[in-house]
Amino acid sequence: MGLDLLTYLFVGLSFALYIGIAIWSRAGSTQEFYIAGGGVHPAANGMATAADWMSAASFISLAGIVSFAGYDASGYLMGWTGGYVILAMLLAPYLRKFGKFTVPDFIGDRYYSNTARTIAVICVIFISFTYIAGQMRGTGIVFSRFLHVSIDWGVLIGMVIVFFYAVLGGMKGITYTQVAQYCILIFAYTVPAVFLVMQVTGHILPQTGLGATVQESVNPIWAGKPVLVVLDEVVQELGFHEYTAGSRSTLDTFFITAALMAGTAGLPHVIVRFFTVPSVRDARASAAWALMFIAVLYLTVPAVGAIGQLNLINTINGQEGEGTDYTAMPQWFKNWEQSGLIAWNDRNGDNKVQYASGEAFVGGKPELTDDYGDLGQRLTLNPIIDSAVAPGFDPSQQPYANEVFVDRDIMVLANPEIAQLPEWVVALVAAGAIAAALSTAAGLLLVISTAISHDLLKKTLLPEINERQELVAARMASVAAIFISGYFGLNPPDYVAATVALAFGLAAASFFPVIVMGIFFKRINKQGAIAGMLVGLISTLAYIIYFKFLGGATEDLILGISPEGFGALGMMMNFVVAFLVSYSTPEPPEEIQAMVDHIRIPRGAEAAQEH
Amino acid sequence: MKQEQAAAYWRENIEPILRYLIIWFVVSYGCGILFVDELNKIHFFGFKMGFWFAQQGSIFVFLVLLVMYARNMNKLDKKYDVDE
Repeated sequence: MGLDLLTYLFVGLSFALYIGIAIWSRAGSTQEFYIAGGGVHPAANGMATAADWMSAASFISLAGIVSFAGYDASGYLMGWTGGYVILAMLLAPYLRKFGKFTVPDFIGDRYYSNTARTIAVICVIFISFTYIAGQMRGTGIVFSRFLHVSIDWGVLIGMVIVFFYAVLGGMKGITYTQVAQYCILIFAYTVPAVFLVMQVTGHILPQTGLGATVQESVNPIWAGKPVLVVLDEVVQELGFHEYTAGSRSTLDTFFITAALMAGTAGLPHVIVRFFTVPSVRDARASAAWALMFIAVLYLTVPAVGAIGQLNLINTINGQEGEGTDYTAMPQWFKNWEQSGLIAWNDRNGDNKVQYASGEAFVGGKPELTDDYGDLGQRLTLNPIIDSAVAPGFDPSQQPYANEVFVDRDIMVLANPEIAQLPEWVVALVAAGAIAAALSTAAGLLLVISTAISHDLLKKTLLPEINERQELVAARMASVAAIFISGYFGLNPPDYVAATVALAFGLAAASFFPVIVMGIFFKRINKQGAIAGMLVGLISTLAYIIYFKFLGGATEDLILGISPEGFGALGMMMNFVVAFLVSYSTPEPPEEIQAMVDHIRIPRGAEAAQEH
Repeated sequence: MKQEQAAAYWRENIEPILRYLIIWFVVSYGCGILFVDELNKIHFFGFKMGFWFAQQGSIFVFLVLLVMYARNMNKLDKKYDVDE
């Protein structure tokens, strides 16, 4: 059976499963639509949370970032897992006891203010949309690569699928669909990883395989040395910085990690998961289960990244490290050239492909044409500069100038092909990547539709609508959200990575502090919370827009903190402002303080409900 | 539940959380970021220790912390008779 047929089969079977589950568990009431009636087992909820959480970014991009940045990518690994520790200890049990549907519900009630609620709704919508655009794009890339359709068709197919199970099923449908999606995505991630690690080191477990020694069959020169030692030596010979040591400043790494951690704990679609368990006890258990299921993937990522990089260098530069004739390059290299995510620029004119540090093309990205050169390589419009005058090329640091553009995002998808694994493994990765993107997209859509129908309409603008109308509004909001996110999938903002960082920074700077203060500090009042949220939100937004989109110079960065890490500073300002304002204004009403006392005690948590 | 008892429960609830968060901070920000260069001088099983903490070790510790937290809190709930 060919690769295409296998891919159709795997993706088709997994879709049939998701849609089947969605139909089987159609939601009847508003409560079921939002939170599955509060009757989901902690392990199932943990698995669904893990699927919700691990999006196209974790499945497709993360190993690629690790692979090309080495230690510098550690903030993503620690941030996206460490966030669960603060989520579980500082937020989840208390929000569960609070027992409402959404994050704006908590903020609106705790700070007795519809202004606070509305600001929260705006934050939810903004965070969720920036996040979902990337998912739609991710689905589109996978579809177009494996089903040989254009990327626009890929995005449209994804929209239809998301529509079916998110809009018809609601949360209950999503919970069980996401359990299925977790199983598929984790299988699809670990199987190729095990193959890869076995091939290179002879170890079975990717977690320990990262510390194992390279086998002679890979490259006799490297034989007998640990993977990371080889990688450190090889990348430095090619002019890169040491793989296991960073090039970022310690302070910047610190802030990025903090922003990603607090952002994780403040993401509305993750928090809402903890409303779906029956008790406070189960909320704590769910968080532990969720992190365990997430860790299965995250502990595999470092090995996939490191060994992927080693394989890439070995395949392109050859065992002698002198480059490989273009005509002798394997098929995967040419396939990805077709999709424009790999490109070759023969700078020294030796007809060999060589990979090293530096930009292969003037301006970074190749501007592709539909024309092909004498050897069959895809031609670009970028000006050709030979390696002797290539900017930043120092012959004393590296043997040749870089000739290859590799998009980081292809690492996970291309890995099985680079390692020449069986075709069914390649097909499996496609099904897993789609599961990852769709599960997160569906969870986010639900959060957006709930924010609009419940928080904005029912609680603020049209309090007289009944349950039936609210459910209709929720479904209409989902449909509208699918169209808007589909539009962003078709016309992505320039930098998808930038928008994802935006989502995390905003969640860290806006939600996280006011929720924590709402639980742990009774004295924080309406004025403090509103001021804190606004300061955190606006400062972070302004910083990111200035440096990411308006071309702010890197010398102007405050303390050298990159825009991805600014959310941590925004968070600190949020805390400080909220305290200062709260202590100079009247304390919150008696009943609010009683409510805070109430959510601190586990007993008496009822199923989430309207009051 | 009486006021003093609720206050005592809350104090005993905060205390382990602070302890766990100190460990959380030390393994991630401490071992993985601030002291990574010093720890990288220690090698074990093909890893540099700081790098290992930053990419794998901290995640293992996070998991252990969450399991301990869930278990200890359940015990505390029983002690104060606030369990469900």
